[in-house]
Amino acid sequence: MTTARPTVVWERSLWDRLKMPIFYALLIAWTVLAIMPYWLTIVFSFMPKTAIFDPPRLWPKPFTLENYRVVLTAFDEFPLWLRNSFLFALAATVLRVFFSALAGYAFARMRFPGRGVLFSLILGSMMVPFVVTVVPLYWMAVKWFHIYDTLWGLIIVWTSGSFSFGVFMMTQFFKQIPRDLEEAAFIDGASWFTLFFRVVLPLARPALLALAIFSFQGSWNDFFLTLIMMQSPENFTLPLGLAMFRFQYYAIYSNVLAGSIFNSLPIIIIFFIFQRYFVEGIAYTGLKGV
Amino acid sequence: MTYTWRRKLADWLTAYVFILPVLLGWGIFVVVALVMSLYFSFTSFNLLKPPQWIGPVNYARVLQHPDFFRYAVPNTLKYSAVVVPAQTVLSLIFAFALDQKIRARDFFRTAFYLPSVTSSVVIGIIFVWLFSPKGVINQLLGLDVNWLYNVKTALPTIMMVNIWSTTGTMMLIFLAGLQDIPSELYEAAAIDGASRPQMFRYITIPLLRPVIFFVVTLGIIGTFQVFDQIYIMTKGGPLKATTTIVYLIYFWAFGDVTPDMGRASAAAFILAVAIFVVTMVQRRFLEREEV
Repeated sequence: MTTARPTVVWERSLWDRLKMPIFYALLIAWTVLAIMPYWLTIVFSFMPKTAIFDPPRLWPKPFTLENYRVVLTAFDEFPLWLRNSFLFALAATVLRVFFSALAGYAFARMRFPGRGVLFSLILGSMMVPFVVTVVPLYWMAVKWFHIYDTLWGLIIVWTSGSFSFGVFMMTQFFKQIPRDLEEAAFIDGASWFTLFFRVVLPLARPALLALAIFSFQGSWNDFFLTLIMMQSPENFTLPLGLAMFRFQYYAIYSNVLAGSIFNSLPIIIIFFIFQRYFVEGIAYTGLKGV
Repeated sequence: MTYTWRRKLADWLTAYVFILPVLLGWGIFVVVALVMSLYFSFTSFNLLKPPQWIGPVNYARVLQHPDFFRYAVPNTLKYSAVVVPAQTVLSLIFAFALDQKIRARDFFRTAFYLPSVTSSVVIGIIFVWLFSPKGVINQLLGLDVNWLYNVKTALPTIMMVNIWSTTGTMMLIFLAGLQDIPSELYEAAAIDGASRPQMFRYITIPLLRPVIFFVVTLGIIGTFQVFDQIYIMTKGGPLKATTTIVYLIYFWAFGDVTPDMGRASAAAFILAVAIFVVTMVQRRFLEREEV
């Protein structure tokens, strides 16, 4: 046994000496890979449209704002897409977070017939691939509710489809916060509604914020449902509008790049501000999902 | 405390008021939609003619359709078989690296997650440009490949883009899993004279198994449903080289000159069953581990 020792020690020291440089090299390489496409997009969106296939450079030269001017002024619908995207994402976020919290609280704390069955069904429905419901959603929007090609229709359908995960997340959260405060308020004679709005919602702020960020990201970036639900260009959101751009204005790709910045920049800014909640939310749902 | 039936009934009602909005939205646009989809899959219809019951014919038509078994299924499986292992291994390595005493860890974490934040449309737009014949990638590599319009390279290109965009998310999940492993375990192993690779093999990997399963399942479910990138980058071409199952369903229902929504619904149900089976297999594995 003693003869094996030196080898082990040698192995260890070699690994210990090499591992940090290797790790740093890997991390830096992937960081460059992750950031570069965005940076190049920004750089080339500030260069003339004739320079779109110039050798890659890290700074726009010659510099021009022409692409942004064209995108914002030459295409009548572009400002509408921007507005629609904001309205859709804001409304979808608020509705999903509020109603998910409401239902999640009921599932976590109240007793009512059918609670277990309903909760399992809602959980189970998260497994249903979105594409299965695509044809019926289109059908309902056109034939039943006449909400096809309307922004509020899109808001309702997107929010409804995203409830299951929201309810799951909020229920998990409410189950793990202590009951003391609620019980104190309950003894003081508070109703369920007072309890929920005055005591529970303020406590739930981190979870609400995490869900809000996921919801904003999901609706802001949504493509498939919007593609099914929208028809007139003036009702498009940015992702759908940009997709149309990409096929129609292939020859002036600098404009397409400039347009795409309007879709990526807001969400990147939000990501930087609320980074902690993104990371915690992913870790939380990721691990609890197991 | 007198808990009368009156009080009980009031509590039930309150609870139902709390869950009503969710119940309505979810009930209509998820549950009813799902049931309708099942019904549609046994009918022949498009928007112009009402659904007509034809029995399980659509399922047979889907399974015998060359676009399905010759292109969509193999493409989706290939896509999944490359993307899932690649993103799992890469993200595990990066998470492990970030779990060390790394300087500027927050910076790296942010940079890694960035591709997961932006929309698939924007990512598609950027990479269509980068991978174009005169684009940045060809310039850097000194090549002259038409990546997205070549039958051989189109699907692998979209695979690369997807690996690029999802590795960050998976990395965050792994990192949280790694940080959940109690450090006492490593300390005890170190006292017993275990080497670093041994610790990785006998502590990290076994304790991370549920998380690995989760990431792999998430990856399979995600890759089975790939659509956005396909639509934006290639629209299923060239010559159906990037036609995946979900893209084909979309095409049958909305893109084709003669839409066939019944057939599309049947194909969607076949996919749903495949995804259900994958999820169940993963559950079984995990349950067996826990016992």
